[in-house]
Amino acid sequence: MEILNIVGIGVVAAILVVILKEERPEIAVQVSIIVGIMIFIIMINKILSVISILESLSRRANIDLVYFSTILRIIGIAYITEFGAQICHDSGSESIASKIEFAGKIVIMVLSIPIIIALLEMILKIVP
Amino acid sequence: MDVDLIFKIAGLGILISILNKVLIQSGREEQAQMITLVGVVIVLLVVIQLIGKLFDSVKTMFNFY
Repeated sequence: MEILNIVGIGVVAAILVVILKEERPEIAVQVSIIVGIMIFIIMINKILSVISILESLSRRANIDLVYFSTILRIIGIAYITEFGAQICHDSGSESIASKIEFAGKIVIMVLSIPIIIALLEMILKIVP
Repeated sequence: MDVDLIFKIAGLGILISILNKVLIQSGREEQAQMITLVGVVIVLLVVIQLIGKLFDSVKTMFNFY
């Protein structure tokens, strides 16, 4: 039961952040960063198994692997962007958070352009 | 990866704030400032290593290469 570990870590860390926030806000932010990374590292194995199952499903359905890896990459970029934006949001600099989100959206858009082009070509093939 | 790191960092924060107060009480504001700076840098070293690990694992997991 990893969920108990994660909830315990989260609650303890929240209390520590509340203690530290008045005196040392910079160290409180760093504690929250560490907690986020730790929870992600605890969940890595499960995410890997889910990804391998999805990969085998897509292989069985004869979907091109390029699409699958693009989707995975988009999920990763979304996760990292969200992580950084949340940290900036927590530490009070909202403008940097919104700019990180903007950059993440642009990168995801660039990555998804080949899929959009493929979709458009398929539509053009169907509609004479 | 264990929970010790969180406690270490939080303890460091509490220690630094106490040292800061003591130094300010005894009238050494510059050294209190230096203590604050050193604490932030030490914690940042740990945090940056962890962030690098996180980015590496995300890169390998989501096929970034």
